[in-house]
Amino acid sequence: MIRLENVSKSFYKGATAINAVRDMSLTIERHEIVAVIGPSGCGKSTLLNMIAGLYAPTRGQIVYKGAAIADVNTDVGYMTQKDNLLPWRSVRDNVAFPLELAGVPKAERARRANEVIQHVGLGGFEDRFPNELSGGMRKRACLGRMLLYGAETALLDEPFAALDAQLKLAMHDLMLRLVSENKQTVVLVTHDLMEAVTLADRVLVCTRRPATVAMEQRIDLARPRDVLNIRFSSAFKEHYDALWERLRLEYHEERV
Amino acid sequence: MSAPELKTNQAAFEAEPALAHVPLRPTGGMTMAASQLALGVAVLLIWQGASGRLVDSFFISNPIDIGARLYRWTVDGSIFAHIGATLYATAMGFIIGSAGGALLGVWLGVSPFASRLLNPYLNALNALPKVALAPLFVLWFGLGIESKIALAAVLVLFLVFLNTFAGVREVDQDLIDGARLMRATRAQVILKVVIPSAMSWVFAGLKIAMPYALIGAVLGEMIAANRGLGYLVQFSGSQFDTAGVFAVLFVIALLAVALNYLVDLIQGRMERWRVVSR
Repeated sequence: MIRLENVSKSFYKGATAINAVRDMSLTIERHEIVAVIGPSGCGKSTLLNMIAGLYAPTRGQIVYKGAAIADVNTDVGYMTQKDNLLPWRSVRDNVAFPLELAGVPKAERARRANEVIQHVGLGGFEDRFPNELSGGMRKRACLGRMLLYGAETALLDEPFAALDAQLKLAMHDLMLRLVSENKQTVVLVTHDLMEAVTLADRVLVCTRRPATVAMEQRIDLARPRDVLNIRFSSAFKEHYDALWERLRLEYHEERV
Repeated sequence: MSAPELKTNQAAFEAEPALAHVPLRPTGGMTMAASQLALGVAVLLIWQGASGRLVDSFFISNPIDIGARLYRWTVDGSIFAHIGATLYATAMGFIIGSAGGALLGVWLGVSPFASRLLNPYLNALNALPKVALAPLFVLWFGLGIESKIALAAVLVLFLVFLNTFAGVREVDQDLIDGARLMRATRAQVILKVVIPSAMSWVFAGLKIAMPYALIGAVLGEMIAANRGLGYLVQFSGSQFDTAGVFAVLFVIALLAVALNYLVDLIQGRMERWRVVSR
């Protein structure tokens, strides 16, 4: 589905190069949920930007469904920590935005948007503006918009990092439900190991900048997962400990 | 800059917000309105008293004469023709100038090549005192209302253009990327993301530009015209008619306040999402 072939990315600040990603190769299967975890600022977001086609790799290439990505990748839905709702549009008009861009008639897009808004638990807030909503509600609106767009791949860049712990769990539950309903492929970037193990089929540990894959762990916990209690199972703890053993090295080195 | 100087500056800087926090005795809206009215009346009384006693009334006239003049112009209807002419030139100049400025701002904002190409020329034109173009407009458009419209439009155009351009440049790149990922065409990105996002900047420009439209119209009328408030103030002055000059100034001030209020009203309606956020 998504294949990175020796991908490197450098940014240039004047004459000095900043290497964000170095020689990364990996394959993501269809319908797989892959979490990429690593220290903050390690180049994980750059990875997603490249899969979205917003940045071109400096070296190597990214193949999406058999073709190298050359332009903006419109098969993906991209959700960032910042929610990117259009502040001058109501929740309904934000959620319906992809349909509006596709030229769907007004009545139909309002109907479908209302449905999705109910589905993500935002019923009653259709006419509110984004800055009247809480952080969690804005995330729900973003998920709704992505759902309506019908993206086959979801790129999630620390989407729930700004939420409190309880809200995060509710969003995890909602997200897993939506992803399985819509059979999406997910690339989740996070610095929260608990989140990564709870959600993913496979967790990749990234090194500090320039990012490259240091470790790969398959998470064979049964689905559907109970996001509230799964963390107390012994299998979860094993995965968590194994990943943390590798991940802490990145943080340890940082301190020295 | 020496160290002590820096310190004083900082102290001065901090003094201002501190002053704002001094708890004032809460003043009700009615009390404030009454005080404002009282202040106005007091000034008028002092003016009336000083005129002819402390200061030659040739220079400052007096409120009663000015009021009488306004009353006469209103009753015989002559002032309305002048207001009409000025208002028309202001409105047309404002509309043409802001449409042109907004279009130019959006166009250059989304075309890096064109904006870099035109940059030095636009800077030069912007630095030029637009008022100096007035003789040219008289030559081109004649003594009629068109030359006043042109002067008002040019003043408005640059102000709206600069604000729109800045607004378009300030648009959050993430919002643009988000729309492109949802298959937005370039035209859709401009129409549905860039322009709405720049709207509050455009409005800021319109608000600044509104008084300038009036300035352009009045100035145009002062240079060459046979009607309009600018003509009337110029004519009264040349007749050594101080009361007439003050009367026209009063009308122009009223007009300016009304126009500003209008822009506020429109902005409030169009930017509900910003207002409700408080």
